[in-house]
Formats: sequence, structure tokens, C-alpha cells
Amino acid sequence: MIEFKNVSFSYEIDVPVLRDISFTIEKGESVGLIGANGAGKSSLLKVLLGLLPHDGEISVDGILLETKNLPELRRRMGFVLQNSDNQMFMPTVFDDMMFGPLNYGMSREEAERKVDSVLERLELQSLRDKYNHKISGGEKKMASIATVLAMDPEVIIMDEPSASLDPYNRRAVINLIRSLEQTKIIASHDLDMILDTADRVILLSGGRIAADGRCRDILTDRFLLEHNRMELPLRFSESY
Amino acid sequence: MNKIDSAISEFRQMDELASGNSPVHRLEAGIKLAVTVFYIICVVSVDKYRLSMLTMMIFYPLLMFQAAGLSMSGFFYKLRYVLPLVCMVGVFNPLLDTSPMMSFGNVSVSGGMISMLTLMGKGIFCLMASYVLVATTRFDSICAALGRAHVPRVMVTLMLLTYRYVSVMMQEVSVMSEAYALRAPGQKGIHISAWGSFLGQMLLRSMDRAQELYSSMLLRGFDGAFRYASGERAKTRDFVFLTLCLLSFAVMRFVDIPELIGSFFV
Repeated sequence: MIEFKNVSFSYEIDVPVLRDISFTIEKGESVGLIGANGAGKSSLLKVLLGLLPHDGEISVDGILLETKNLPELRRRMGFVLQNSDNQMFMPTVFDDMMFGPLNYGMSREEAERKVDSVLERLELQSLRDKYNHKISGGEKKMASIATVLAMDPEVIIMDEPSASLDPYNRRAVINLIRSLEQTKIIASHDLDMILDTADRVILLSGGRIAADGRCRDILTDRFLLEHNRMELPLRFSESY
Repeated sequence: MNKIDSAISEFRQMDELASGNSPVHRLEAGIKLAVTVFYIICVVSVDKYRLSMLTMMIFYPLLMFQAAGLSMSGFFYKLRYVLPLVCMVGVFNPLLDTSPMMSFGNVSVSGGMISMLTLMGKGIFCLMASYVLVATTRFDSICAALGRAHVPRVMVTLMLLTYRYVSVMMQEVSVMSEAYALRAPGQKGIHISAWGSFLGQMLLRSMDRAQELYSSMLLRGFDGAFRYASGERAKTRDFVFLTLCLLSFAVMRFVDIPELIGSFFV
């Protein structure tokens, strides 16, 4: 369970990016984090991962987010970055997937088995020994999700997982996200993807929670979305 | 492909070369590092007039190139900017040291000429040995080996991150110079008036990306240790290679083998 209690964060004094955020995410939930540019989605994710400082209290499975607990908390949470080029920094997909498990204490044999089983599950065996700079954007996104899954995280956090993907790869990523059993937090502007992958939506606006509820309820509320500089998902819009 | 993109591509080729599977690639990184360092010390310490002694030193890089399947043309191409600089070292020696040292028939060779060739040879041999190391060993493994050799962790981490960030920085430069060229048709390069803002932007963008990359490493458990590269342990064959190399370098360094062979005939 992830719990935010009155969490605030600001880059500069008097310019808060997150203001008094409180919510709870239960184990196994899939939560979409939506909001206009600058609403605080990425900052919220970074605060949760301990990459940014914060006021207030954050806990994951009862473990308080503080410096001494960071390694343990980060082991439980896998983060898929928006830009896969920044996530895939090792020469090959295999090396990248081995990086996390080995750092978290798995033996080389155990890590190799884990990597192979994740690749098999995602049907990405063909990428195993490919160089990261030689695979396509879609393959790179799938591989970057695979690097996170190889760490066996309990929570998967994704920042714009469908950004810059063509329709085919976007659908592949959506299907992959749907198949994951872990707790998921997905920050995105792609509301159609959120509809397909999340049960619950948290709408951020100006660093505050503007709405928190069932995905379909929020994403069909034209007034609420437009009031917060968003639009109905394409499939609900009249022009679609 | 612009110049920067081709530089990025060349940079990545080194990673590909290092991921090969030849007998040299399979040697333990620490052993290769130790051999390379010892080789460089031996080469550099050869007296500037002992050209004959130095010639023997070429056997190590030549053998390693063969065993690793590295191409000599690839080496010269990749180091095309460095090699002329290396060759420039000692280029004035023939003018400064004109005393005759040996003669071939009627042609006398000055000490300056010999020392120039020796210095050039030293530079090229050292580059060849370093190239063999880098082209057959992954950079993470080299860093791990340095860590095991008790090089301060902060220095090793700095080296590793610099290596990672160089390509990130080059990518940013490529994107920015492309954006500049598209809005400055007919202009060759970047105008001097734009250098300040270009460099500033490049630095800021590279820092952002580097921060993101570092965060990604942290989130996957990176704490400065090289667990992912330290799985390899030196085996018997590595120690045999080390012993053979150290012995032969020492012999080549202290015994002028061509001179010795020549003395049998003269």
C-alpha cells in the first residue's frame, strides 16, 4: 500500500509544485495520474521515488520514505522513464536487464534466469543480445519495461509510457501494462491509454488533487476535464 | 549522417567491439589492465636511442590484434586525429641532434633521427596496446578492475559516468546543431556569435539528461559498486597469460634481442 499524507514539494520557495497531496493506493490497484503540463505529475512520481525532497509523509507498505529506507523502497518500486534512451544506458538489452537484479543482490545465474523468464513472458527473446542503439523506439520502450520487471518490483511506476510510439507499439505497450499484476501508477496525457490500463484516476491540477475516483467516472466528465485544461478521451469525444 | 552522429556511431562501435568473444575478450579485465600498464611502462622506459630494442615491443600488440580479430585499419581510422599528434613528438629531434649514430653504406643516420623514430614508435605502440585493452574489454569491466585495484571509488565512478555521459552530450550537440543548421541555411558550422548561448544550452540540456540517466541508475540499485561487471574472476589461463606477458616484456625491455642476434653473425 502506498500512502501520501499532506505531501508538498516546491523547487523554489513560494512556488509550490505539489500542495498538500493525500491519497492511498491499495496493493494491486492500477492508478492513472493525469493532468495538464506542469500539473505536478512527474514531480509526484519523483517524490515517491525519493528523487526529490518533500514535506509530509510518504510510506510504501508501512515503510516511511526517508534516506535510510531508500534502497529498500526503490527495490520495491520499478520506474519506467518517459525517455527510454535515458533508461537504457548499458550496451545491450541483456546487460541493461541484468543491471538492476545484480545491484539488488541476485547472483549472476539467478539474475540471468530472471532476465530470460521476463523476456520469454514478454516475447522479447529476439531483443536479448541486441545493442540498445540498434533497436526501434517501440522495442526500446518494451525493453525498458522489461528492465524494470527483471527487478521483480511490487509497484510499477510509468511516466508517459505511450509517448512517441506508433499505434502498433502503443497497443503492444497497453496490452503489456494490462497484463502486469503489480500495483501500477501510470502518469500520462494519453487518456485513451489510461482508460485501457487504469481502474482509478487521480487528476492533478496546479499541484493539487482536483479529482480522485473511478477511471470511467472522471474520464467521461467533460466539465471536470476541460476545467482542468484537458479534453475527453478521443473515444468519448463527439468528433471521434 | 552529420559529423557528430558519425562520432557517436564510432563511439558505440567500441562497445560492440568490446562485446566480442575472442580469446583476448575472454581474458579477465584486471589481468588485461595490468598487462597493458606494464607494457606501457616497459615501452616508455626504453632509451631513446635503443630503436632496435623497441622494435621487439611491436609483437605484443600485433599478436593481440590477431588473436582478438581487430583490424589494423580500424585502429588507424579511429585514431586518425591522435596519431599525427603522437608522430609530431620528436619531429624536431633530427634538427637538434645531428651527430651520426650509424650508417648504412654511405648513408649516415643521426642520433636525432633514431630518437625521433623511437619516440614515434613508443607513442604508436602504447596507443595500440591501449586500443587492444579498450576494444576487447567492456568499460564497466575496466572500471570494476580499477575498483579492485583500490583506485579511489570516486575516481572510478567519475570515469564510468563520464563514459556514459559523453554519448549523451554528443547526442544533445547533434540535435542542437541540426536544429541550428535547419534555421541557418548556407552557414558553415555555428556562427561565433551563437557560441555562448549554444554552449550554455548544451550544458543545461546535457545536465538534465545526465541527471535523468543517473536517476535511472540509482533507481536500479546503483550505489557506486560494479556488481554487474564484477562477476568475472581470474582463472588459471589468465594468470598464465599474465606471467608470460610480464616475463616476455621484461626480457624485451632488458635484453636487446636484435642486437644479441646480430652479435652472433658479426
